[in-house]
Amino acid sequence: MSKLFSEKTKQVFLGPLSKNNPITVQVLGICSALAVTAKLEPALVMGLSVTIIVAFANVIISLLRNTIPNRIRIIVQLVVVAALVTIVSEVLKAFAYDVSVQLSVYIGLIITNCILMGRLEAFAMGNKPWESFVDGLGNGFGYAWILVVVAFFRELLGSGTLLGMRVIPQAVYDAGYVNNGLMILPPMALVLVACIIWVHRARNKELQEK
Amino acid sequence: MNTNKNSYTLIYAIVMVVVVALLLALVSSGLKDIQTNNVKLDKKKQILSSLNIELDGQDANSLYEKHIVKELVLNNKGEVISEKMGDAFVIDVIKENAKVEADRQLPLYVAEVDGQTKYIITMRGAGLWGPIWGYIALNDDKNTVFGTYFSHASETPGLGAEIATPKFQKEFAGKHILNDARDFVSIAVMKPGQIAEGQDYVDGISGGTITSKGVEAMLLKSIGQYEAYLKN
Repeated sequence: MSKLFSEKTKQVFLGPLSKNNPITVQVLGICSALAVTAKLEPALVMGLSVTIIVAFANVIISLLRNTIPNRIRIIVQLVVVAALVTIVSEVLKAFAYDVSVQLSVYIGLIITNCILMGRLEAFAMGNKPWESFVDGLGNGFGYAWILVVVAFFRELLGSGTLLGMRVIPQAVYDAGYVNNGLMILPPMALVLVACIIWVHRARNKELQEK
Repeated sequence: MNTNKNSYTLIYAIVMVVVVALLLALVSSGLKDIQTNNVKLDKKKQILSSLNIELDGQDANSLYEKHIVKELVLNNKGEVISEKMGDAFVIDVIKENAKVEADRQLPLYVAEVDGQTKYIITMRGAGLWGPIWGYIALNDDKNTVFGTYFSHASETPGLGAEIATPKFQKEFAGKHILNDARDFVSIAVMKPGQIAEGQDYVDGISGGTITSKGVEAMLLKSIGQYEAYLKN
């Protein structure tokens, strides 16, 4: 156990959750953060799918890292990710058809997620499989929690629901409250992400630029 | 080993592509049967949804057999080409829509719910980002809407995608596709608050105008093909 969870591995896992978060610090994966956060449910599923895929792609690239020719390494990474995503989507279609219908476009979007390429290039190419796996999980969760927070506020304020269930009682609407339609539109995701970055930097002074 | 040699790079790329292609081909052909069954089952579920039948935890196959009593294939003159069960179900509406109108085969499902006959029409159209489709069930007067089902490939969540919610679909129940003079006018989808003259209408989705208009166009075009059959 001590070898599995050494100080370094712990750092690799915990870093992306806060101080080295892929969205708020590295500003990667913003595109999908805009696209899937209008509702909480797709955000959750997207976060989970990206976590699984980045973890396994990291392991595969890490296993191959010493054999990959330097000049085509990006292509190799892309092929591994695309193959993984395609297999996951085929398996979903066969064994969880309803889920795959709901996800439809999001699954394909995973291939283009910058976090994947970023982690493969920056971490898996130079580290052992176990650390790479942990790094993938850490970054996946780091990505997922931001998505969930953004989606929580967008769905709550934009539609008055959470996970499709009504949470703002009818009485509030009768008193003159209206849903904020702006929240459902993509620009509000940027504003919310910016708010998270603001809070995050205010609490972690070392992240502030001089 | 020198991994920077041209020959190594080339061989690596070729081996990688072959291995991945083989893997994907294996997965795809291995899962094909299960996937086709899922697609068929899903289509049955969609058809049953337009009849307002509760599907949760039910076996869609047996429900389908219980409720769908006839599957007809029509042409655009309203004549029945085939009554054999299964013929209508396998028709690919996308392919049919690519043909000239006189050659199209139109599937029509005849259902029985609580002893009443319902006619189910297959619809297909375009939304904002991609295709939208659905089923509409008419009462035995072939005029009053009994229920609808809409779905979409990639409409915006929270906006256009709301056409797939029961809230939107329930609006259609009780509307008429013919006007008082029994001309086919379809059902309009209007911006909330606006009204349509001379035809029945439902409220569209705020912020989902293009998808709402796509639904309207789909209703007009798809049901329009059955006009001859519905009017006699």
